[in-house]
Order: sequence, then C-alpha cells, then structure tokens
Amino acid sequence: MTQAWQLAIGPVGFRLGSAWGRPMTQLRQLYDGYPSPSFADYTARIEPARPWRRWLRPSLAITGDYMIPEALPMALGHGLLALEMAMNLQMALGHRRHLLIHAATVERDGRALVMTGASGSGKSTLAAMLGERGWRLMGDEFALLDLDTGSIHPFPRAVSLKNQSIAVMERVAPADRFGPLLLNTPKGSIRHLRPRADAIVGMRAPATPALLLFPRFGAPTDVRPVGAAEVFVRLTQASTNYVALGEPGFDALSRFALTVPAKAIDYPDTEAAIERVERLWAELS
Amino acid sequence: MPCESLTLIYHRPSGITHVVAPPVPALLEALDQPMTARDLAARLGFDDAEAVALLNERLAELVEAGLVRRA
Repeated sequence: MTQAWQLAIGPVGFRLGSAWGRPMTQLRQLYDGYPSPSFADYTARIEPARPWRRWLRPSLAITGDYMIPEALPMALGHGLLALEMAMNLQMALGHRRHLLIHAATVERDGRALVMTGASGSGKSTLAAMLGERGWRLMGDEFALLDLDTGSIHPFPRAVSLKNQSIAVMERVAPADRFGPLLLNTPKGSIRHLRPRADAIVGMRAPATPALLLFPRFGAPTDVRPVGAAEVFVRLTQASTNYVALGEPGFDALSRFALTVPAKAIDYPDTEAAIERVERLWAELS
Repeated sequence: MPCESLTLIYHRPSGITHVVAPPVPALLEALDQPMTARDLAARLGFDDAEAVALLNERLAELVEAGLVRRA
C-alpha cells in the first residue's frame, strides 16, 4: 500500500490505505483538521481491481476488514468517493458498538435532531444547511445510537452532496471546505463538504435525541405525525446492524421509538424545510 | 413492549423481532405454560365453537411465526 493515513471520526478510528497517491491526497485535504485516532477500529483501502489495473486503464476495488465480493470496480477518478464508500462499508458491515441508523443528525443545546429517509430525500442537504446556520452537524450518513444511554454519538464525516445540492451549498459554504467535483458517479455528480470547525471540535460530544424527522424533498410543504410503531419499523429498515445487535439493539431502538417524537415533513425546497424545522424545534420546548 | 395499539416482541430463541396486534399479546400472556387449545380457550372465556375456531387459526399463525410451539 503506497499511501496510508489514520483518521478519527467521532468515536471510530479508521486506518486508510490507497494504492494511488491522488485519492489519499484529496482525502487528507478534505479531512484537514480531523484528529488521529488512538486506536484504528477498521481498515479501509482502495486497491487495483486487477494487478495490471494499477497502471493500465486504472480501476479500483474497495477492500478492508469487510468487503463485498464481486463488487463492480470503480474508476480511479472516483478514488475519493471509493475511500468514502470504503469507510461506510466497514461501518455498515462491522460496527457493533452502536446501533447504526441511516440518518443525518444535527445538534443544538445538547439535543439532537435526527433526519432519516431514503437516498434523495434531502436529509444530507438539509443537515449541511442547518450546519451552516447555528446547528452543530453530527453527521449526514449514520446516527450512532448508544445502546446503554440512548444518546446519539456524532459521526461527522464530510457531507456527500449530490447533483442540485452541490450548487445550493456552494452558495453558503467557503470553497476551501469542498472536495473535488466528481462527475458521472453512479449517483450523478458528487461533491464532498467538510463540516464546520465546531462539528470537528465537538465530534466526541453526544446529544440526547429530541426529534425525529422523515423529510421528503420535492413535494408541497406538509407535516404529519408519525406513530411510534411506524417509527420502530421504519428504523429497523434504516439500520444496517439492527439484526446483528440482537436484544440490545431491540431495547435501544424501541426506547428511541417510544420516547422521541417523530414527524414526516414534505418540502419543495431547502429554505421551506429549514423554516419548518425551526418551527417544529421551537414547538418542542 | 406495548407500542401504541401494537406490541413489539423480541423473540430470544430466534432473534427475530415481531410487531403484533391484539389479540396476540393476550394469547401469549395466557400461554404461560404448556396447555391444550381447549384449555386456552377456556382460560380466555371462549365457549362457542366459532370463537374456538378463530383461536385455532390465530394459534396456527403463531406457530408459523415461531412464537408458539406445538407439542
């Protein structure tokens, strides 16, 4: 492995490796200011898909402690994205210390707003925008639910902005926090955004979940309450390790579903969503 | 664990989560020891044939789900 680096994101340490220099350089620039871990929980690497693919029409495979056999190789130009996916993969397949919920989370006054939904629901963009407007970004990919305390631990990776969201965030965040624009990925155009410094400094500070939202981008504004049973079922589907955790996962998730109020919000644009989120948040207290 | 009108169950032997609606929680609570379907019906106060037939249907579903074991 020609390039190696260790990176702490919240309570998780990664040992990263790349057979090529450029993706690792991009990653180090993107995660500038992040601490080194005291212990690396997971190894995540990108390697040539075949030995000759290091030089000849380079293409890469994601490897590490956990890997998916027969995964399609990726273009070297998407190496940064592959390293991000490699970290996600290790978490999704290997992590057992917390219940992982596929969700974006922001924090204010020690309380967490958790937003979950399918890819394209707008949760990453919403979390990124809130992170520029007085909230602490805790993460846009995984919410780490503590099995004992029920609190949410930050996992503030770079935000993965897709397609129209890129321009939206380029208007509000400084250029030096963005990674390179990656075109023609399986999800279209992708550009990563490093969270604000307060999110990095506070990456070890958990928060108590106070509100769960199911955002849906592209529809007229609407808000509906979501019952605890529906929340429970939808979150089992949004968790990558619920089954693996067994009873502790059940206990943690059922407690979350029964105690955290939940709403589904439809919104036509980010500004409308933020206005609605702030109003719902104010109604909590 | 009660959850609105439903009940969440973590089944330890299988590790499977179940979300069940009434009358399943009451049936499982009444089944606190091995018993015949007839005894269970009596315990629940079912005495007409139609109610007992419905009980047997629910029990068959619970056997299928792995929450009740046929002796």
